[in-house]
Amino acid sequence: MSQTVKSIGLIHVMLAVLKREVALAMRQKGEVLTPLVFFMVIASLFPLGVGAESSLLLRMAPGVLWVSALLAAMLSLQRMFATDYADGSLEQMVLSPTPLGLLVLAKALAHFVLSGLPLVLMAPVLGLQFGLDARALAILMLTLLLGAPSLSLIGSIGAALTLGVRGAGVLLSLLILPLYIPVLIFGAGAVEADAAGVGFGGHLSLLSALLVLSLFFSPFATAAALRISLE
Amino acid sequence: MKTPVIHWFKFASPQNFYHLAGKMWPWFAALATLLALVGLWIALFVAPIDAQQGQGYRIIFVHVPASQMAMFIYLVMAAWAGLGLAFNTRLSGMMASALAPTGALFAFLSLLTGALWGKPMWGAWWVWDARLTSTLILLFLYLGFMALQASIDDPRRADKAGAVLALVGAVNVPIIYFSVKWWNTLHQGASVSLKGSSMASTMLAGMLIMVLAFWMYAIAMALLRVRNIILEREHHAEWVKHAVA
Repeated sequence: MSQTVKSIGLIHVMLAVLKREVALAMRQKGEVLTPLVFFMVIASLFPLGVGAESSLLLRMAPGVLWVSALLAAMLSLQRMFATDYADGSLEQMVLSPTPLGLLVLAKALAHFVLSGLPLVLMAPVLGLQFGLDARALAILMLTLLLGAPSLSLIGSIGAALTLGVRGAGVLLSLLILPLYIPVLIFGAGAVEADAAGVGFGGHLSLLSALLVLSLFFSPFATAAALRISLE
Repeated sequence: MKTPVIHWFKFASPQNFYHLAGKMWPWFAALATLLALVGLWIALFVAPIDAQQGQGYRIIFVHVPASQMAMFIYLVMAAWAGLGLAFNTRLSGMMASALAPTGALFAFLSLLTGALWGKPMWGAWWVWDARLTSTLILLFLYLGFMALQASIDDPRRADKAGAVLALVGAVNVPIIYFSVKWWNTLHQGASVSLKGSSMASTMLAGMLIMVLAFWMYAIAMALLRVRNIILEREHHAEWVKHAVA
């Protein structure tokens, strides 16, 4: 009985963290909007760079949109712990009786809600500019929806490791981008596989597997990294 | 009959290990030189010309050991890092940092020799082959590890942060390898494979000797580098003044 009461309590704490993150972001709307604008700008640069030939753009679209989304999601990673670190609330979280891994998980989910979901919703608009059809757009959104939480979770490890470190922004990208490669491959690959007529079910399964793996492992690693950073 | 007892944990202390490493590394360096000379002699003069690839194949005597060591050293590094996190031993973190540059060097060497081999064989310096791509990503992982450690001033914190990163990387290495492999088969047909042609026994012998030489080199360099790291970190200690003087 007390076990269930305790686990309900933990969910309440996680929801509270989530609400707090959303409330903080709503008071600083720029933080949510800037990565979104960045996403649009990066995706618009590619046609300018490689030329406006529609067949080429159509082929490149899934990859370009995925890489742009990945960079945009990374842009806001650094802020995941930085402000809490600066005002001392992160130390309180580490000291609180709630397991740090759960708090970190809630923060990573908040990052997904605030920077991943807007990208998912924005992606079809940009996809239209590249000439993707409705089916491809739906698959693209689905893969982003499955992949973006993994990006937030893996990214939280990097954000915790580079907390309060010199040149944290560039360092974060160097640490995290190689770890993002599997998500990118299966995310962008799903749309291409469907276009090639191979079927994209396998890609979705693998994306889900990556999500489950990162959901399980990354809170441990992030909590350990935070403890090291706060020593 | 009394068997002499060696207190292995004695060498977990940086001071003791400094002296042990000082005695050991010249032996490993000498072995590395000797084995490399024998291996290269077999590779360049004894091993027959390959029927399909001509003389150009001889670069694999450097390429294969370098690629193997690049992957293996990452695992050893992660193992030291894990030990350091679990037992809070200072020397483990130092060993991890000492191994990273050697691993990165081997990854780079593997890419370089691969490119030199690929130009005459495949007609291109670089192809997005699964093995090439995953070695490149491995090099990025090494660089990330070194960059993270370099940007943290407190050496103990640098050790621990690097350890978490190395462990996360070690979990990811197989995932990255297989994802790149599947990506590769989706994108292009099977590329040239080394398998199929059975190796002449002298080729195999030369290759094995070169692998051993690379092992010895890696151990010698790691010991030499860890000695420097120990001196740097312990510069305030009394024994360092005697050791350097």
